[in-house]
Amino acid sequence: MTLSGDPLVRLAGLEISVRDAQGQDKIIVRDISLEVQPGEVLALIGESGSGKTTIALSMLGYTRGACRISGGTVEVAGHRLDGLPEARLRGLRGRVVSYVAQSAAAAFNPMLPIMRQVIEPALVHGLMTREVAEDKARGLFRALALPRPDTVGDRYPHQVSGGQLQRLMAAMALITDPALVIFDEPTTALDVTTQIEVLKAFKAVVRDLGTTAVYVSHDLAVVAQIADRICVLRDGMVQEQGRVEEILFLPRQDYTRALVAAAAARVPAAPMPDLPRDAGDPPLIQMRDVVAGYGGVDAQGNPQVRILGGVSFAIERGKVLGVIGESGSGKSTLARVVAGLHAPASGRVNLDGYTLEGEIRHRDKEQLRRIQLVFQNADTALNPAVSVGEAIGRPLTFFHALRGTDRKAEVVRLLDLVRLPAALAGRLPGELSGGQKQRVNLARALAARPDLLLCDEVTSALDPVVAEAVLDLLIDLRRELGLAYMFITHDIGIVRAIADEVMVLYGGVPVELASHEALEGPLHHPYTRLLMASVPELRPGWLEAANSAFSCGSSAGAGHAAGCRFFQRCAISRPGLCDVLDPAVHVGAGQTIACHLGFDGLQAAPRIAQGAIPA
Amino acid sequence: MNTVPKSGVAHEAQALKIRRRRFNVSLLLGGTTIIFWLIVALVGPMVAPHAPGQVVDLDVFSPASSALPLGSDYLGRDVLSRMLIASRFTVSIALLATLLAATVGVFCGLLAASSGWIDAIFSKLFDTLSAVPSLMFGLVVIGSLGASIPVLIGTLATVYSPGAFRTSRALARNIAVLDFVTVARARGETLSYIVLREILPNLVGPLAADFGLRFVFVTLLLSGLSFLGLGVQPPNADLGALVRENIAGLGFGAAAVLVPTFAIASLTIGMNMVIDAVSGGRRAGGRR
Repeated sequence: MTLSGDPLVRLAGLEISVRDAQGQDKIIVRDISLEVQPGEVLALIGESGSGKTTIALSMLGYTRGACRISGGTVEVAGHRLDGLPEARLRGLRGRVVSYVAQSAAAAFNPMLPIMRQVIEPALVHGLMTREVAEDKARGLFRALALPRPDTVGDRYPHQVSGGQLQRLMAAMALITDPALVIFDEPTTALDVTTQIEVLKAFKAVVRDLGTTAVYVSHDLAVVAQIADRICVLRDGMVQEQGRVEEILFLPRQDYTRALVAAAAARVPAAPMPDLPRDAGDPPLIQMRDVVAGYGGVDAQGNPQVRILGGVSFAIERGKVLGVIGESGSGKSTLARVVAGLHAPASGRVNLDGYTLEGEIRHRDKEQLRRIQLVFQNADTALNPAVSVGEAIGRPLTFFHALRGTDRKAEVVRLLDLVRLPAALAGRLPGELSGGQKQRVNLARALAARPDLLLCDEVTSALDPVVAEAVLDLLIDLRRELGLAYMFITHDIGIVRAIADEVMVLYGGVPVELASHEALEGPLHHPYTRLLMASVPELRPGWLEAANSAFSCGSSAGAGHAAGCRFFQRCAISRPGLCDVLDPAVHVGAGQTIACHLGFDGLQAAPRIAQGAIPA
Repeated sequence: MNTVPKSGVAHEAQALKIRRRRFNVSLLLGGTTIIFWLIVALVGPMVAPHAPGQVVDLDVFSPASSALPLGSDYLGRDVLSRMLIASRFTVSIALLATLLAATVGVFCGLLAASSGWIDAIFSKLFDTLSAVPSLMFGLVVIGSLGASIPVLIGTLATVYSPGAFRTSRALARNIAVLDFVTVARARGETLSYIVLREILPNLVGPLAADFGLRFVFVTLLLSGLSFLGLGVQPPNADLGALVRENIAGLGFGAAAVLVPTFAIASLTIGMNMVIDAVSGGRRAGGRR
């Protein structure tokens, strides 16, 4: 990097410490020196606790809670921010430096129309009149590719989608033409298909306005699309800084290499050999035409709010079914139906050929034992008042009547199975790290000695490197114990790595069911294609190449209207057919697709589906 | 990542220790006051120099002397002896009533949190109860049933159980939607296991604070009722009754009226300090 002219942002020897309860200072961020040139986008990347947000906030002159800047200098656009009194900082924030938070839904006031909130920074700083500000905001809405830019400002935050709200928040940050914009994980909470739209909008606006930005993220692939330079952080210290290409392709530090490796596409696990079974044996778990939802059930067996509409699949012993789809597609409800936590309105769930009752209290203990649920968030899945040993031990007592030393020995064995030291048995969940909690969560499910594990986004809440390790563990466990998984995730990369078969859900309906081989093949449902095309790749320039031809809509989950649910977002839909009739199911080699076009039709239009025609 | 850094654990333990020390002042003062009153309630009447109804001085509202350390009251009775007996009544009635209120309230609250129709019934019932002004309720019940100690305890418990119900129900409902409760349900655990082993342990801290607070309310309502003459009946007395009967001595600054007033104040403030220290410590511990 060439240092031409004065940098816009200069942090020199920045040190931030937090005062703990005993009144002692603990340094959480130390010796941070970095510069951002005007018009440059710098990415701060690192896992949770690496100090990336803390550093980014220091560029607003802000520190959280009991933190304070205890050393070094923060200079933004010629202003020294460290040590500046609050009143002076208020004059700079929103004008010189502005901030885009991770959760736009939490950042907007639900009681006020969007326009009023977007132009607020400009009015507060007295930069322009209301009319001028509103005109400017509409221009920004247009630049951010928001639908109906002239009227979207009249709406309330709950009336627009999450991806749109995130872009509206960027408009709020940009309304004052700030010298620096800080993006704090702005796409982390979004679905991949939405993320790509938001990223594109951000990138275009940053390029067109020549905005200088600091982009905080844990996702290297996202950062590769939007940043000019990357600064890798760990434990509050800079590990490595450099141009995007340098970090991605020539990482110097071991930690950076681990990050790059974790972000790269995984090599699929070796397929499991088929377990011996008789030809006539029923599959381990089988779902037939399951409809589930909320509210009363009408005469046809349809609930008022339909979450799942006719889902069928089967999982053989020791096999892994991956379930993917965006939020609201009914993935989690599917797991809850199998676990008996949500009774289906119609349809059946069979375990070894025997139909399971819809509700837990009607299932017998043996059936409950064989299906175990592992939740996404280990923080809430483990009882904070119950020790690790007790949490794992309870299913042992409950299902296998183990007590005393037998139980203790089994707990130690299970901890060992998930690669945790036996000493952890006496700890409370609050004393464990995120990865350790998720392993305990897993060990508790394994304690029942199940045949099927329902894994609901088990790696989503973890840092990439830790998630990678947990995924490896799951693959090992499967080999050691012959477990079957239903692996629910929104990450198609993980599904590729672990699943034997993949079910793609859209609006509560499976649009594609493909074997591992078929998933790598060329022919897919348009929605599957969209999902695949939306996963950021670890190379700069991917975003520009990924010219998705799909509009950014929200998943239509509810409703009984006939027709393909994906119709609204499908680039190759045939009006008059797709929006009228339910799509037929076409069966191919190791693959079924619910699309009106069928395999032939999809083959005829692959280029469109890949998005070669711009939107 | 499989090993917790030792330094982190050690640091945490140290932080906990220091945190304790910070709350010590409040805890020490409040705790000492509470323990003092508990001891007084326990052994007070045994060491009282005179019977509570015995007139020992011809002078009324006499000042402190070596014979009567707290002076005499409006009938010339020994204030120290009456204080000792009154403390026992106030502390034990308030404690029993609070225990009863908390037990009933928490039990019903947990039950309500785990079942829809039980919740509907209990919530309406307790809402109705708490809609009645507490002092009015006390006046009516005691007026019709007479002012005996069991009636007093029952009345106070009835008045304050809706609060305990509301608190425990709200807390339990928050816990009941967490994933670990779902895991237990998916395992097929019984309702009683889920409520007692999964939910209740997470409520202990806030419920203890609630108990303390309720004790304060009960003490104040009991004193209020006694002040109106509906509390413990003569010749016995509780702290509120002592204040009422000696109210005429206020003009003379008589110990007979000031000491029970301060006693009520110290008991309630002491309890408040303990609650603040304990729940504040918990909160700080929970946040880390």
